[in-house]
Amino acid sequence: MSIYIKLIWSYLKIGLFGFGGGYAMLSLIQREVVDSGWISSTMFTDIVAISQMTPGPIGINSATYIGYVVTGSVWGSLLATFTVVMPPFILVLYASHFIRKHKESAIIKGVFMGLRPVVVGLIASAALLLMNNDNFGSTHIDCIKSIAICVASFCIVYFTKIHPIFVIIAAGIIGALIY
Amino acid sequence: MNNLYFKLFLSFLKIGAFTFGGGWAMISIIEREIVEKHQWITKADFLDLLAVAQSMPGILAVNISVVIGDNLRGLKGSIVSALGTILPSFIIILSIAVFLTPDAIKNNELISNIFRGIRPAVVALIVAPVLTTAKAAKINWKTVAIPIIVALFIYSKVPFISNPITFIIAGGLGGYVYYIKHQNGSIANKKEASK
Repeated sequence: MSIYIKLIWSYLKIGLFGFGGGYAMLSLIQREVVDSGWISSTMFTDIVAISQMTPGPIGINSATYIGYVVTGSVWGSLLATFTVVMPPFILVLYASHFIRKHKESAIIKGVFMGLRPVVVGLIASAALLLMNNDNFGSTHIDCIKSIAICVASFCIVYFTKIHPIFVIIAAGIIGALIY
Repeated sequence: MNNLYFKLFLSFLKIGAFTFGGGWAMISIIEREIVEKHQWITKADFLDLLAVAQSMPGILAVNISVVIGDNLRGLKGSIVSALGTILPSFIIILSIAVFLTPDAIKNNELISNIFRGIRPAVVALIVAPVLTTAKAAKINWKTVAIPIIVALFIYSKVPFISNPITFIIAGGLGGYVYYIKHQNGSIANKKEASK
């Protein structure tokens, strides 16, 4: 199967089942692009970092980046990005009347009530899958350094209102200094 | 040329170029631009459209721009708005992708060390929303099993089952069935109470 068709198929799935925002979408993207062997786990982590430091939604950023890396061509970027944003157009054309009419109904309310705890699990799975030797280093001393950066970053992001961009920049500077 | 198309495009281009993080960060800026500054739609309509955009799968910032564009100028309006939102990310990321390839990161010692520091921080950035969304979803001791099971299944990579899509469909269906049963139950209770 052509790589372009695979790319369309993957990003169509990501666009159609991406509920719960960017972080929840990460687990879907990970499944499609890391498990299929297109990019490594570290590359995926790097893309998330780059996404956080540049404007725009992570869904678009990852599609553009991965589309290029996988095909080596701008067309891959264009195709993946186009595919991931197709679903809202189709839904607006054919289903917006239905959604508007039923947005207070049991269908939508029930579905989203059921999705909420699943979304928490999806984000947790994305985090778990990235806690590996590729991202944390293979030696004991590297792992300890990485865990220290991870715990400190978590505390800053969770307990303060400091923007994640600054946490990434700080972690990058620390990386340049300690490795 | 209809001027509103151009204005719509410019507004969303600005939003796409200057908001970091997408999603909710973008929503408040879209509201300021579309409702307060240009007054293209009322606040009530905006909230209505936001609810529609949220019920759709995909990227929230794109969904809301599509829905607003459609509301103002139909399909053409939605294409113009979405293009504005997407274009800045697309151009910025594409220019990064051309230079910062996986090999470029690996082969440059400084860049690779910077990323070695960044990767554990990125993991932390994903752990934090696990807790904040768990709080927002009002996860309690009864429902806490759901995210744990979902996360462990996806993590353990069991063939067929471990696909996130499996759990998205199961969660949606489960929620729907539960809601219908629960609602019928409460209606039945009310009827009995009124007798």
